Amino acid sequence: MNNDVMTLMTLMTGVIDFFSQPMNWQGPGSIPDHILEHVTYVLISTLIGAAIALPIGIGLGHSGRGGLLAINISNIGRAIPAFGVIILVFLLAGYGVIPVIVALVALAIPPMVTNSFVGMREVDPAVRQAAMALGMTGWQRLWQVELPIAMPLIMAGVRTSAVQVMSTATLAAYVGLGGLGRYLIDGLAVRDLSQVLVGAILVAVLAVMTELLFAGLQKLITAKGLQ
Amino acid sequence: MNWEWVASNSHQITAALLQHVQLVGLSLLFGFLIAFPLALMAVRWPRLYGPSLAVTGVMFTIPSLALFILLMPFTGLSMATSLIGLTLYTLLILFRNIVQGLRGVSPSVREAARALGYTPARRLFAVELPIALPVIVAGIRIAAVTIIGMVTVTALIGQGGLGQLFITGFTLSFATPLIIGFVLSVALAVAVDLALVGILYCLTPWQRGVR
Repeated sequence: MNNDVMTLMTLMTGVIDFFSQPMNWQGPGSIPDHILEHVTYVLISTLIGAAIALPIGIGLGHSGRGGLLAINISNIGRAIPAFGVIILVFLLAGYGVIPVIVALVALAIPPMVTNSFVGMREVDPAVRQAAMALGMTGWQRLWQVELPIAMPLIMAGVRTSAVQVMSTATLAAYVGLGGLGRYLIDGLAVRDLSQVLVGAILVAVLAVMTELLFAGLQKLITAKGLQ
Repeated sequence: MNWEWVASNSHQITAALLQHVQLVGLSLLFGFLIAFPLALMAVRWPRLYGPSLAVTGVMFTIPSLALFILLMPFTGLSMATSLIGLTLYTLLILFRNIVQGLRGVSPSVREAARALGYTPARRLFAVELPIALPVIVAGIRIAAVTIIGMVTVTALIGQGGLGQLFITGFTLSFATPLIIGFVLSVALAVAVDLALVGILYCLTPWQRGVR
């Protein structure tokens, strides 16, 4: 017990040291540098994922077809181990940012497909019929009626994906890339747990900030009448 | 694919698979043992719900790799390190679904049970839990499949079930073990998922015939 407290104290002191050293804050390999790399991976993967997943989920939900498919994509997608995908694509495509992006995109797609599908399906049929009775075309109904109503759920899907990608992007460091995973992998290699803790804290803070950012964004783009 | 490698290493593959199953099973069990009483309390005292969700939610955002490494000074390169990390990850999903399931029980059903003279404990086990079962099992399914993928990461601290095969593939630059580990991991997730659906079907005979 006493030993654990000691370990914890040493760990915390190490973390404070790390954060207070100016050399860790500027130049290549510094904290801002790793944060930038990390956020870039996340941004690219989430955007590519959204560009693939949202049209599929929204299209299936709008037409009301392929529900089983949309739900099962999510189940199977969850089962795919991101760690395995990164190494597999790494072996196939070689060193570079591609393995990481491929794995993160695969991770990002399922929650977005399922949530946008469910969001579109949950639009009240009476509302749909009213729009039809007003003589709206399929596109008009999609853009002006169904999408605004489904938006909170669609955004919830994007948010889930972004947060997951944010915490999984740490694995990029395993195949030699940057990002905040560097602190984890390097720290593990030299048994410097303070460094690991630095990485963990930074990623956790980024993930929580992503949550908050999306919560704000969701509020911003939800139609006034629906709030 | 190099089938010779598979044949000569079948021992290692089986061991990795068994360890994987063991880690997933135990962490789900522990996760449920913690999430269930927590959920009961959150249903009874709604004020607890927000904070509990926030705490389990933050645990879910910590990268699995970081969590596993950070537990090492306290629990070493042991199975406990993996188990604690994985259990923490199941909590958010299990807690949320158990609460949602119990909250979905209609008040009139609750009242009827009370009117029949059911004690609170009997009401919970004979009425509320069976009705909440589909939502609870949905949570267990998500948690199980998520954890099956996540266990592979613990291979980095030497306790990773099928993830061990990923590392072997990486260090040897050799795809066969990687593909074997990958296929087994996905197959395990599908099998567990189907098994849970089957168990739910057997436990909820009253749902059959309803559409």
